[in-house]
Amino acid sequence: MIWWQRARMLAPRRRNRMEEQLEKEMRFHLDQHTADLIAQGHGPGEARRQARLALGGPEQVKENCRDARGTRWLENLWQDFRYAARTLRQRPAFTAVGAFTLALGIGASTAIFSAVNPILFETLPYPHAGRIMMIWDTFQGSRSDVTFHTYRELAARNHTFDAMAVMEAWQPTLISRPGAAQPERFEGQSVSASYLRVLGVAPALGRDFQQADDRFKGPRVTILSDALWRRRFGGDSAIIGKRITLDDDLYTVIGVMPKGFENVLAPSAEIWAPLQYDAGNITNYESQEWGHHLHMVGRLRPGVTAEQARGELHAIALAKTPDFPRPPWAALKYGLIVNSLQPEITRGVKPLLLAVLGAVMLVLLIASVNVTNLLLARGAQRSGEFSMRAALGAGRPRLIRQLLTESILLATLGGALGMVVAELGVDALVALSPAGLPRVGAIAVNGSVFAFAFGISALVGMAVGLVPALNASRVDLAAGVQQASRRTAGGRQFTRRALVVSEVAFAIVLLVGAGLLFRSLARLVAVAPGFDAAHLLTMQVQYNGHRYDADAARHRFIGRALEAVRQVPGVAAAAFTSLLPFSGEQNGVYGAQFEDGRAYDVFRYVATPDYCRTMGIALRRGRLLDEHDTAAAPPAVLISESLARSQFSGQDPIGRRVHVGPMNGPWYTVVGVVHDVKQGSLADSEAHAVYMTPAQSWYADDVMSLVVRARDDVTALAPAVKNAIWSVDKDQPIVRVATMDTLLGASESQRRFAMIVFEAFALVALLLAATGIYGVLSGHVTERMREIGVRSALGASRADILGMVVRQGMTLTALGVAIGLIGAAAASRALVTLLFGVSRLDPATYIGVIALLAGVSAIACGVPAWRAARVDPAITLRAE
Amino acid sequence: MTAKSDLPQGTLDLLILKVAALGPVHGYAIAQRLQQVSRDVVQVPQGSLYPALHRLEFRGLLAADWKETGTGREAKFYRLTRKGRAQLETEAASWQRLTEAVALILTLSAEGAQ
Repeated sequence: MIWWQRARMLAPRRRNRMEEQLEKEMRFHLDQHTADLIAQGHGPGEARRQARLALGGPEQVKENCRDARGTRWLENLWQDFRYAARTLRQRPAFTAVGAFTLALGIGASTAIFSAVNPILFETLPYPHAGRIMMIWDTFQGSRSDVTFHTYRELAARNHTFDAMAVMEAWQPTLISRPGAAQPERFEGQSVSASYLRVLGVAPALGRDFQQADDRFKGPRVTILSDALWRRRFGGDSAIIGKRITLDDDLYTVIGVMPKGFENVLAPSAEIWAPLQYDAGNITNYESQEWGHHLHMVGRLRPGVTAEQARGELHAIALAKTPDFPRPPWAALKYGLIVNSLQPEITRGVKPLLLAVLGAVMLVLLIASVNVTNLLLARGAQRSGEFSMRAALGAGRPRLIRQLLTESILLATLGGALGMVVAELGVDALVALSPAGLPRVGAIAVNGSVFAFAFGISALVGMAVGLVPALNASRVDLAAGVQQASRRTAGGRQFTRRALVVSEVAFAIVLLVGAGLLFRSLARLVAVAPGFDAAHLLTMQVQYNGHRYDADAARHRFIGRALEAVRQVPGVAAAAFTSLLPFSGEQNGVYGAQFEDGRAYDVFRYVATPDYCRTMGIALRRGRLLDEHDTAAAPPAVLISESLARSQFSGQDPIGRRVHVGPMNGPWYTVVGVVHDVKQGSLADSEAHAVYMTPAQSWYADDVMSLVVRARDDVTALAPAVKNAIWSVDKDQPIVRVATMDTLLGASESQRRFAMIVFEAFALVALLLAATGIYGVLSGHVTERMREIGVRSALGASRADILGMVVRQGMTLTALGVAIGLIGAAAASRALVTLLFGVSRLDPATYIGVIALLAGVSAIACGVPAWRAARVDPAITLRAE
Repeated sequence: MTAKSDLPQGTLDLLILKVAALGPVHGYAIAQRLQQVSRDVVQVPQGSLYPALHRLEFRGLLAADWKETGTGREAKFYRLTRKGRAQLETEAASWQRLTEAVALILTLSAEGAQ
């Protein structure tokens, strides 16, 4: 039985018996004393009077006796609760407005909390997750993936880690039956044997990878995720030891991960295989073992601090040993970056989440202030009631407690409604969530979210109730009963005005944030991506199986697929590229070195000759690549304008030579300069790029993207294009089919998300602030009816009175705006990383926000002012 | 508890416990006895007496029963519990020590002044 049910059953009966006994005890005392006084010769009336005087006010004594007993609080609580519920029920409109306002605030903050909590605050779902570190090489001060041999050296030489592991993406294709309808490509990871041990998670079924699995040309073994195992293999536990075909090879399934396993380093990965890099031949610097393409993690030994580990790895990086030679690009001269896993995976979204969290706290504050104001107004109306209760023996603490119970009950009601808002909000947040948000799967309304909502409701209940309770309980007995408490009403007015000013200030901060984000996005969308994004269909095609082991086979496939795609009606042009703008692909950056030795990081586009024409990338100088740039022809590249400008600054780059990728590769001759293209985001400033044909690349990429320019409707083309590719090879997996417009939209999803959230919050804030101003002014007008009546009787015109009220409202607004602008200027610091092309102090935004708020508050002032102007002096003066 | 008490803080509880130690007694009788025994020096503020009684009862130092008085009326009689007796002994002892010490200091300082 929960406490309130018990209280409900026991409290009234117990209280009645206790009250009776208390009454009886007092009566006995008075009677005895009276009898004694009569015996001493007083008259009966006088004796009773003296006895009463000696005892003091019987109600007061009783109240003190009740207080002396510890069980009081429970009875009081129950009494207060029932009383509060009754009061709230009596004023359904007030209760509804208050509860709904709080529901907005509590609901919004609960929804945001449920999204932010697993990402920023909860520890990762691994045992001793704080001991998992991420380790990066450094390149020009920023993070860079490590090479396999760097990993080997660190793993061999360190004494601070229990285990270290490296991993990279692996996207195998599974064909369940030969010739089955559609091949499926999985997201997976190739990992060193210790990967799962570093995370501290073991397979639920079967076994973990062992050192013996992870060696060059080792056994083909694989571990499946629980979801994949259930989806493709019917959850059959006999799967362990069975063999499945991935990319034409037979892999033995050795394990299935537990159901709840969350792989924060690659959330979409469903399948794992050992890395099986070659640990021998360390001086073969051209091998993939010396390429920077591995993520690295490690688990600290118990008792070792991150600082100690950082120090040790730094020392190792700076002290080369003969056992581990290093090429110049992996010399570790600039040390390593060693950081906890949690901040590492949330690094990209932390500013966004903190900004959103700050925004929602402002919304909650504004909602609370609004309800505080409502309660203050209500307290003013109830001053008669409070005086009466005080006169009947209620102490000030008792009154305050009663009022707090009311506000907490109101907040609880708001919290309960808020949970509904939160549920809807969480769904909306997940649907809107920007690409790359870590731990999206962990976002849910769960126990800690409920606890948060409950806690914040209680807190808000106390906060919104405290000032009104203190205010209302400061009753002047005589004055209050007479319903004419002018002095306290004045104090209340001051508090209410201060609250409105703060509300306006908070709203300004939110509006400025929303305005800055809105203008950033507008600026960003106006940025030209460097190609014509309309009518472009894109999809990713991966070479599947051993028939594509030879580069020539890949080139042959590309040629035939393009031919087939160009036959599709509605296709204007088509091309393949190794790297597609706005696709989110990370691995396309290589070193490029010109003849004078100057080197750059460049995007390397290996694209079929028609690529620039298909994309609509403008040629600036020289010529485009064409079908004559074959393996036999002299190697040729196009370079981007920005690279031409950086390297040649005005001189003609045509005919100059450049190395791309490995230094032992051929010299490529620059034959043309093309317009800069944004690769990852419209906000990118880096646009150094080289373009070469597949035939002239030093290796053929595993994954190619197809871009198709449609004559008109681009989405309708997708099935026909896919079929055209499958007509060349029906086992070829095709993934991520999307129009370029979609990709473009997704690339700005973080900013768009921030903008939507801020705009929604700012709108709520604006509405709440407006109702706040309206509420205070109309309360003010009501209280000053008489004064207004006198003024107009003495000759004040309607315009005078209208002006007086509006002036009052606008003064509050102006004060709030002034304070809010200072706050906004300070708070906009938190948004800097999300802004683009707009200063955080952008004057246009600030002016626009001020105008908007002034307009809205003028409307909010106008209504009460109009009411005041229509006051008939005859009626108000007679009413008093 | 608005009524002013001339008794030092906490003394009222000690006196109540002492009176109750002599046998079950009702509130009015406690007030009377305190006044009589102290030859009217101790004015028990009646407004504080009852809250004190209820507090002592709640803390388990006193127990209460409803019984008939000599005049045939029902009254609430308080008696000392085992816990109350222990409390009385320690408090009485410490009061004794305190008053002796205070008296000692007062005489000493009178001598020292000479």
